[in-house]
Amino acid sequence: MGKSLYEKVWEAHAIRTLPSGQTQLFIDTHLIHEVTSPQAFGMLKDLGLKVRFPERTFATVDHIVPTHSLLEPFADPQADEMIRKLRENVREHGITFFDVSSGLQGIVHVIGPEQGITQPGMTIACGDSHTSTHGAFGAIAFGIGTTQVRDVLATQTLAMGKLKVRRINVDGRLRPGVYAKDVILHIIKVLGVNGGLGYAYEYGGSVFDNFSMEERMTVCNMSIEGGARCGYVNPDQTTFDYLKGRPYAPKGAEWEAAIERWKALASDPDAHYDDVVNIKAEDIAPTVTWGINPGQGCAITDRVPDPADYPESERSGLEEALKHMKLRPGQPIKGVKVNVAFLGSCTNGRISDFREVAKYLKGRKVAPGVRAIAVPGSQVVAKQCEEEGIAEIFREAGFEWRGAGCSMCLAMNPDKLVGDELCASSSNRNFKGRQGSATGRTVLMSPVMVAAAAVTGEISDAREVFGVGELVGA
Amino acid sequence: MALEKIRQVTGRAVHVPGNDIDTDRITPARYLKVVTFDGLGEALFYDERYGPDGSHKPHPLNDPRFKGASIMLVGANFGCGSSREHSPQAIYRAGFRALIGESFAEIFFGNATALSMPCVSADKADIERLAAAVEQNPALEVTVDVERLEVRYADHSFPVKLPESAQKALVSGRWDPIADLLEAGSLLEEFDRKLPKALKS
Repeated sequence: MGKSLYEKVWEAHAIRTLPSGQTQLFIDTHLIHEVTSPQAFGMLKDLGLKVRFPERTFATVDHIVPTHSLLEPFADPQADEMIRKLRENVREHGITFFDVSSGLQGIVHVIGPEQGITQPGMTIACGDSHTSTHGAFGAIAFGIGTTQVRDVLATQTLAMGKLKVRRINVDGRLRPGVYAKDVILHIIKVLGVNGGLGYAYEYGGSVFDNFSMEERMTVCNMSIEGGARCGYVNPDQTTFDYLKGRPYAPKGAEWEAAIERWKALASDPDAHYDDVVNIKAEDIAPTVTWGINPGQGCAITDRVPDPADYPESERSGLEEALKHMKLRPGQPIKGVKVNVAFLGSCTNGRISDFREVAKYLKGRKVAPGVRAIAVPGSQVVAKQCEEEGIAEIFREAGFEWRGAGCSMCLAMNPDKLVGDELCASSSNRNFKGRQGSATGRTVLMSPVMVAAAAVTGEISDAREVFGVGELVGA
Repeated sequence: MALEKIRQVTGRAVHVPGNDIDTDRITPARYLKVVTFDGLGEALFYDERYGPDGSHKPHPLNDPRFKGASIMLVGANFGCGSSREHSPQAIYRAGFRALIGESFAEIFFGNATALSMPCVSADKADIERLAAAVEQNPALEVTVDVERLEVRYADHSFPVKLPESAQKALVSGRWDPIADLLEAGSLLEEFDRKLPKALKS
């Protein structure tokens, strides 16, 4: 019986069995940011410990950075204290820091791949649940808590239990206007928000074979929304082509050796899986959420559920979601009025997202009354968008074009929903209060669908609004 | 490092119903703008418990009958979403020492265990029966027995689940793994030499 990539990577990084029965696992790459690290550095200090292998930790600031002005001190004194604390910690411990002045700052899950820090076969940890993103490269990457951030800083290891592996095959051809975001929203809808508990998700099949790295990242990013702590795609030529020449990727003879090593990591054809799920690409529609968790989604052409059609045990959850979203049972999701459109986040704030939207947004205007903001995932993405004329297309359409950061995905900076505003969002979570207002409402969708909502002022089918699929390559 | 051995937790309980309660609800993001965990107990379920003007909303944690409870009864997939340790910290700092739920999100579970706060899973029906008993008698004494993997109250008991590693870690006072991890000593350098790292060239 062959082995999966997960098993191979696990075995290569397992140091020993701990008294608790857990495995002590070596972490190749540790990513840190300002929100979940200050307490960890504090604990390290209390224990009189140092960062064991500072070369393996990379820092950036993303959650609290304002996106309209980087002038310091930041207007929010708490945010200012957080960035100062991070600077102090990285300086003291000799950690590479992509600060706002570096030109490379951005969302930790955007810049890791962008800089070539994320590589196949690595174990990657970060105090952020969307660390699962890095699995797109065939890395085993997962979010950790702050005590664990301390553990990695002090020992470069974690006490971990081995996961089961579920292979998810998506085969066939995606229909026009269906994006990677729709693929993962569909998977979560099918398997449930807690369906991945105890599993690593291995994504494969022809859809993933044909996906770009950025599309793979979008899917892996939301593995955690399905309850899976990590998700990955086996490394292939697409992976190698993406990494080649990036600042932190191997070079010269080391590059050749790395490719051989990476190829051998891919799951064996006869690998054992604890579970296999097959999904037909043709069954996936442009998907939007109607509720308060990422599994509460439907096709754009569908109606929101009527709790009366469901078993009694499920009704209260559905009713709670509809009440928060101010939706009527059974109403079509299409046509619901939108107040805010948010394009960005670690799910969909990459250059490919802005390029794709710009194709359709050119020459159009954001609907009156809609506040539309575009937030590049990194300063590198922002620069590319300026150079390619993409930023100008967004500005001309009436989007506010912002600086790099997490922004309104979780609203730890000044970008927030107000009152019960409804936001068409390219981000990853539609939890109650997620975007900064306790009564704010979030509808998750692909970037092109966000653009369609922005220009029509309501939740819309981008295929109708933009003729998606007909115009491209026509 | 001598840590307290968590063999059982006894106290009064409160039921916070609902499935898929995410960490944004447990600790809204604005409470993450802190460089220490002090004071997070105040943030617990803030937007669920208080209106924008600070007025109290109906919520089990606002109910004076359950004031001082140290065991929380929850639904399925509790603690899903963000990895923020602020959430279990807020629960712990609000006085809770154990959770009984149908299931827990993994990162939350690990964070809670590392704070010595067991999260045991049980059948929905058992939790509902206990919740009803607590509703009837908020002073009811409930015991989460981590060693025997059962919950006891009045004349009743029901079995609970906890992964063996978490159970061992709690009952042996090894729930904070740092001491065990440090014992690897020079093996750490050996792995550091052996495994590739991302270096700028």
